[in-house]
Amino acid sequence: MAVKRFSRTIQEINQKIKQGKVVVLTAQEMTDVVKQEGTEKAARKVDVVTTGTFAPMCSSGAFINFGHTKPAIKAAKVWLNDVPAYAGLAAVDIFIGATEPTEDDPLNRVHPGQFQYGGGHVLHDLLAGKAVRLRATAYGTDCYPNRKISKKIGLADLPYAVLLNPRNAYQNYNCAVNLSNKTIYTYMGVLKPKAGNANYSTSGHLSPLLNDPYYLTMGMGTRIFLGGAKGYIIGPGTQHSPGVKRSKGGAPVTPAGNLMVMGNLKEMDPRWLMGVSMVGYGCSMALGIGVPIPVLNEEIARFTGVSDAELFTQIIDYGNDYPKGDAVSLGQVSYAELKSGMITFRGQNIHTVPLSSHTRALEIANILKGWIEKGDFFLTEPQVMLPTVDRN
Amino acid sequence: MYTKMLSLRFPPSAVNEPIITNLIRKFDLECNILKAVIYPRKEGLAVMEISGHRKNYHRGLHYLRSMGIKVESIAEDIKRDDEKCYQCGACTAVCPTGALYIERPAMAVVFDKDKCSACELCVVACPARAMEVKFNKSLLD
Repeated sequence: MAVKRFSRTIQEINQKIKQGKVVVLTAQEMTDVVKQEGTEKAARKVDVVTTGTFAPMCSSGAFINFGHTKPAIKAAKVWLNDVPAYAGLAAVDIFIGATEPTEDDPLNRVHPGQFQYGGGHVLHDLLAGKAVRLRATAYGTDCYPNRKISKKIGLADLPYAVLLNPRNAYQNYNCAVNLSNKTIYTYMGVLKPKAGNANYSTSGHLSPLLNDPYYLTMGMGTRIFLGGAKGYIIGPGTQHSPGVKRSKGGAPVTPAGNLMVMGNLKEMDPRWLMGVSMVGYGCSMALGIGVPIPVLNEEIARFTGVSDAELFTQIIDYGNDYPKGDAVSLGQVSYAELKSGMITFRGQNIHTVPLSSHTRALEIANILKGWIEKGDFFLTEPQVMLPTVDRN
Repeated sequence: MYTKMLSLRFPPSAVNEPIITNLIRKFDLECNILKAVIYPRKEGLAVMEISGHRKNYHRGLHYLRSMGIKVESIAEDIKRDDEKCYQCGACTAVCPTGALYIERPAMAVVFDKDKCSACELCVVACPARAMEVKFNKSLLD
């Protein structure tokens, strides 16, 4: 007969949160506990592990209803601070995307372009309490005769504003180098020629999806930290691909899963949602996400105990290979090596550069920990799990 | 491209010379004049940004000095807006002097102003645009 394995349920964890008895550790703390005490002890001791990540996250944006005007308008084209928003939804519903630049932005006409302001900056300004200029044009109908509006609006004036990001929190990402002879400007930052620097963008052992590599605890309805407020996972992200090569411990060694997330913009904090400008590339948005992982059994304890030395990514050349669509791995490195500040690549020492904020990621994991300990945040049962693969 | 913000003090003898035209035509430099005054005793003060090839810049400066003009570089001050900086580290890719570096193991991004050469490479490399260039504005008042 098999030995009865330790397990707990989400209801039991919520009961402990209610009683103020829940034990929560950040993924960083869990790594040490698992290393020192082993997975079984760690699983019995710890109820929840909190994760965090703060980095530019493209494929983000917000659904906004700006309210009916007098006289009424069926807006056909809409701009917020001169950033175009998608208006092909209904009379006064729009979607503003994080990477949309200002309409008259010079883009890359003088290379590298600066991309000073875009959709992510509009959302940050709204959160920071600033008024933004709403402009809309329309062709006019019998029921919506107004052809044009222009007014200042603030977040409080909007009847509805929800952040809905089709793809965030990438599980692992490439380490970018540039093997060409000139400096290039990419979504992975500035890359100096002849492998002058190696850029990476993951919070490593704090990363949500690297702490639950097979998505055993996450799915539609999982409550998370999103932009400083409570949000939800609503499904797999637009490039969710679990079927990639994985390390012995189960973590993918290339980009793999990602999340579609949603939360009430009105509850969010400008510190955790910021517009960013990637020189020569475009606008985007840096966002804070933290996912609580319930330690349901020993296996999940083992996953959440993962360290940077056990997490790997591939070195990709963004100078020649990636733009051609022929990205091939030029070597594998661990996050421990990347975080050390220097990697060895083809006999050359290369300075490493993070694009993901470790200090902010840790802050998010600690905030989420505090919310759960205080009983302000209860875990939810995911209703539909994310697509995954068999574990070996 | 080499850019410097300079203050030029003209002696009365140089006030009637087309000095800026010469800088542009003979030395292929760009001049952006932020301030120009001629004082009652006919000495002049100009604050301007000069850009161009480094070699041309030095030849231009040699010309200015040969005209008896006192040239001083205006202290540029690079400041980090700590509200905007979210401590990623993207700036450390371009900083040539190591003024921007990562403190390990906390992974905090530190700005050591004493090491900063005001090259401004970090200004656009920063995704949050947290690095700001400030000039000594007192001369412009």
